[in-house]
Amino acid sequence: MAGIPHDHYEPKSNGEKWLDRRLPIVGLLYNTLMIPTPKNLNWMWIWGIVLTFCLALQIITGIVLAMHYTPHVDRAFASVEHIMRDVNGGYMLRYMHANGASLFFIAVYAHIFRGLYYGSYKAPREVTWIIGMLIYLLMMGTAFMGYVLPWGQMSFWGATVITGLFGAVPFVGEAIQTLLLGGPAVDNATLNRFFSLHYLFPFVIAGLVIVHIWAFHTTGNNNPTGVEVRRGSKEEAEKDTLPFWPYFVMKDLFALAVILVIFFAIVGFMPNYLGHPDNYIEANPLSTPAHIVPEWYFLPFYAILRAFTAEVWVVQIASFVTGGIIDAKFFGVLAMFGAIIVMALVPWLDTSSVRSGRYRPMFKWWFALLVVDFFALMWLGAMPAEEPYASFSLIASAYWFGYFLIIMPLLGVIEKPLAQPDTIEADFSSHYDAKTGGTKTLVNPAE
Amino acid sequence: MIKKILISAVVALGLTGSAAYAAGGAAHVEDFDFSFEGPFGAYDTNQLQRGLHVYTEVCAACHGLKFVPLRTLGDDGGPQLPEDQVRAYSERYEVFDGELDDFRPATPVDHFPASALENAPDLSLMAKKRAGFHGPYGLGINQFVKGIGGPEYIASLMVGYEEAPECAPEDFPGSYNKAFPNGGIPDSCKDEHGHSMVEGSWISMSQPLYGDDVEYSDGHEADLHHEAMDVAAFLMWTAEPKMMARKQAGFAGVIFLTLLSVLLYLTNKRLWAPIKHKED
Repeated sequence: MAGIPHDHYEPKSNGEKWLDRRLPIVGLLYNTLMIPTPKNLNWMWIWGIVLTFCLALQIITGIVLAMHYTPHVDRAFASVEHIMRDVNGGYMLRYMHANGASLFFIAVYAHIFRGLYYGSYKAPREVTWIIGMLIYLLMMGTAFMGYVLPWGQMSFWGATVITGLFGAVPFVGEAIQTLLLGGPAVDNATLNRFFSLHYLFPFVIAGLVIVHIWAFHTTGNNNPTGVEVRRGSKEEAEKDTLPFWPYFVMKDLFALAVILVIFFAIVGFMPNYLGHPDNYIEANPLSTPAHIVPEWYFLPFYAILRAFTAEVWVVQIASFVTGGIIDAKFFGVLAMFGAIIVMALVPWLDTSSVRSGRYRPMFKWWFALLVVDFFALMWLGAMPAEEPYASFSLIASAYWFGYFLIIMPLLGVIEKPLAQPDTIEADFSSHYDAKTGGTKTLVNPAE
Repeated sequence: MIKKILISAVVALGLTGSAAYAAGGAAHVEDFDFSFEGPFGAYDTNQLQRGLHVYTEVCAACHGLKFVPLRTLGDDGGPQLPEDQVRAYSERYEVFDGELDDFRPATPVDHFPASALENAPDLSLMAKKRAGFHGPYGLGINQFVKGIGGPEYIASLMVGYEEAPECAPEDFPGSYNKAFPNGGIPDSCKDEHGHSMVEGSWISMSQPLYGDDVEYSDGHEADLHHEAMDVAAFLMWTAEPKMMARKQAGFAGVIFLTLLSVLLYLTNKRLWAPIKHKED
């Protein structure tokens, strides 16, 4: 599959040959698992396995939970309590599923920021990046609808607020909102369609994950140097790479096990830490909670949504120019989706010829600031919409857009990159041979 | 790099837990020391039975526990009443039977009745739907260290009734409670910005416990402080009846996965050794 030369599967026994002529599935699995992988991958390249695990965990626990859950406004809350109290191991299933969503998002954010730092989105991996962004969007939709299912106060009011965003779209907003809700307000029809889609989306995600893997198996993995694997001959490629099995499978499984220790500690000892107490109150359309706050993984974008109020001059200009079609509410919605769209467009916004942030002295600092900015937005999203948080949110949102739309294109022009290693092999051996006394220097002259 | 990942994970968790607890008014919640706190904490069976006693004689007059099946009073990790006592206890309550189209005495397969008074909230999940600890600054550190604080909130509410502060008019409705965050506050107790100058607020429930409201069968002291803690512990159990089993599963998971991590670490190290340190 990959463009990197390597050994391919050869059916040996008659049985294997028989199957291979009809369905080359063994070969497909073999080539997928034995893909030549850059041997200098660091510990930020483990999140793919964690994410795959999360998807499997969520699907398996979710299917069992659905066996006991009742998607009806009168029964949903009680059926969740039934799972917690009467279903064998139901409390573990539910807590793993709820906290599994958080692990999923921790992993996906680490995975995305890894890609942003090491330039994994750059040619020829743009399609991998775009599909990844689609998966991320679907994850957000799935998580949001899943949070509505327990039918607690935050479920209900979160659904009301978020579907209300679509109502802000000019002309067609109301129609979209009605379509989402299945009626004029959040009610049984909403709960039913959310349940249906919450069950469907993970399988769409699974399909896209396969395409995501297919895409980067075609281009080969990126690596911390951003230098491509040499593809002149099999021997040459083998100096830069190792087969995924067993080297990276073992490494990734080790990392996954360590992460799961923390995960099980949270599920076992503080399963409600990441949740909101109000969601243990059954949904009540007549009583609005004092603070409606989304789950933590939406907070950065929630902060961007709220940052653009009618007092902000950009909003006022947009409103004036469009004759009031873009009001503050719609501007906020555009900003929120725009924040994700600019991230998806980064392959074309980044003008630098150097792939990895490791060799970009100025980029490093701007990137570090982006990470800080992300956490700042996350914090601001949880704060009440009042001063000084409103101003901070505006500054932090401005940096988010500034990074992608101004800094990234400019840096490629003004930055003077550092020297990159000639090969992955050179990077790898400079890392290890120096430490052990370097019995042999493996650096090859550039080809 | 691992360190960086761990730090960012911890920071992420710290930021999040917090999420929502941008607090209401300032209310005083005491950090009671419950036996079930922390990974090693366990419910005290005697305390749960005493709490059930307080619930039955005081709270149940107005409040209900509609999500709690009566049979679970006999479960492990709960009050662990013997079977005959569970049956006898169940008969205290009357439930409506759809098939009989009439009321009949409850049996262990029934749930506790719902609240008798419309404005008395159901207590099944009270210990999980209230938070005692917040922040600071929405960072979730207090919740991480002290827990969410539901039972602490309940106990604080029970002991939080005090004489109303002087700023309040005599006829202000409700009872003053320094642990209750979301009740009414008379305008005369607010400063010029509308911020409350008193701790807590006015709650419509009048003081339910004064001390010596019940006589414990185990001879335990029944002062207000103990009664408050006992009923709070009992309500923690009604909210999280499987806590003990959950912590056990947590330990099994953590221990097993720690062992697995060590084995995988060693496997991985050995696997990579010839690659990282070439002997040729």
